Amino acid sequence: MTAETAHAAPTGPSRSEIDQTLRGILRDVLGLDQAQVDGFDNDTGLFGHLPELDSMAVAGLFTEMEDRLDIVIDDEDVDGEMLESYGGLLAFSEAKAVGA
Amino acid sequence: MYATWPCPLPNGRMGEEMVLGFDTARAQRLLVIPPLFDEANKFRHQIFEIMRRIVSREVDCFLPDLPGCNESTADLTQQTLGQWRAAVAAAATHFRATHVLAIRSGGWLVPGDIPGWLYAPVKPRQVLRSLLRARIIAAREDGRDETSDGLLENARIEGIELAGWPLGAQLVRELEAEEATPTGAQIVIEHSDVGGQPLWLRAENDDDPEQADALAAIVAIGIHGL
Repeated sequence: MTAETAHAAPTGPSRSEIDQTLRGILRDVLGLDQAQVDGFDNDTGLFGHLPELDSMAVAGLFTEMEDRLDIVIDDEDVDGEMLESYGGLLAFSEAKAVGA
Repeated sequence: MYATWPCPLPNGRMGEEMVLGFDTARAQRLLVIPPLFDEANKFRHQIFEIMRRIVSREVDCFLPDLPGCNESTADLTQQTLGQWRAAVAAAATHFRATHVLAIRSGGWLVPGDIPGWLYAPVKPRQVLRSLLRARIIAAREDGRDETSDGLLENARIEGIELAGWPLGAQLVRELEAEEATPTGAQIVIEHSDVGGQPLWLRAENDDDPEQADALAAIVAIGIHGL
């Protein structure tokens, strides 16, 4: 499922780079090893599926995303869909990084 | 190991707070200032691990509770950065600290004239932003729409509960306004110097022996001047 992010765009922020950075952040937040986060696909459930990912942890996740992806996440960006699955969070990050 | 220490109260009197201390009357004495709010819980075990390692390197260590934090019975809504700074300064004097190690937001509170280290310092505004965000995310989950601007407007006057932490209006205003930049007497230890996954990001509390080894080594070597 990760194959679709494996081809970097010739210009602008690389999709695979965003994907790797995002996996790295989730690895740190969830305390997983690299192999486990490498196994995430677009349908891997996040908020609501992982009990340890409470609102404070998600807030920390966003702060780290802003920092490492050089994006700004606004209050109104926060909705269930982007947090529901890894694919949702990745799509959101890509859209933000392109717009940044 | 656990004792109490005399902590100044806002009214000028003295109260009592708990301290986790390893005191064998050594010449080298390290005051450890924990991070505030949720990171205090996340780091509690790790701080103990760091202290244990530093103590084994011939340095006495003290981790005082600040008013309104950890086991303190003081009202958190009455606390301000100013009062916490006064408490840390009093603790430094009481424990005759020769050095200080402040972790994350704990770095906002250290006296400027005591040598030591600020580990992975963070800006007050960033911490406030994360706390606000946690509240907004939780509200969104309950079907309520809140915004940082709206919450802050009220919080500056009335205080606010964020992620389970009831903060007074003055503390909110301080967190918004302060830069809390290092003063020069302390050296910044970036997380990359320690390595591993940052524990403050962990959704579930954890400790990391390798990170504790690395941080304790930096501090102990610095103290002994090796």
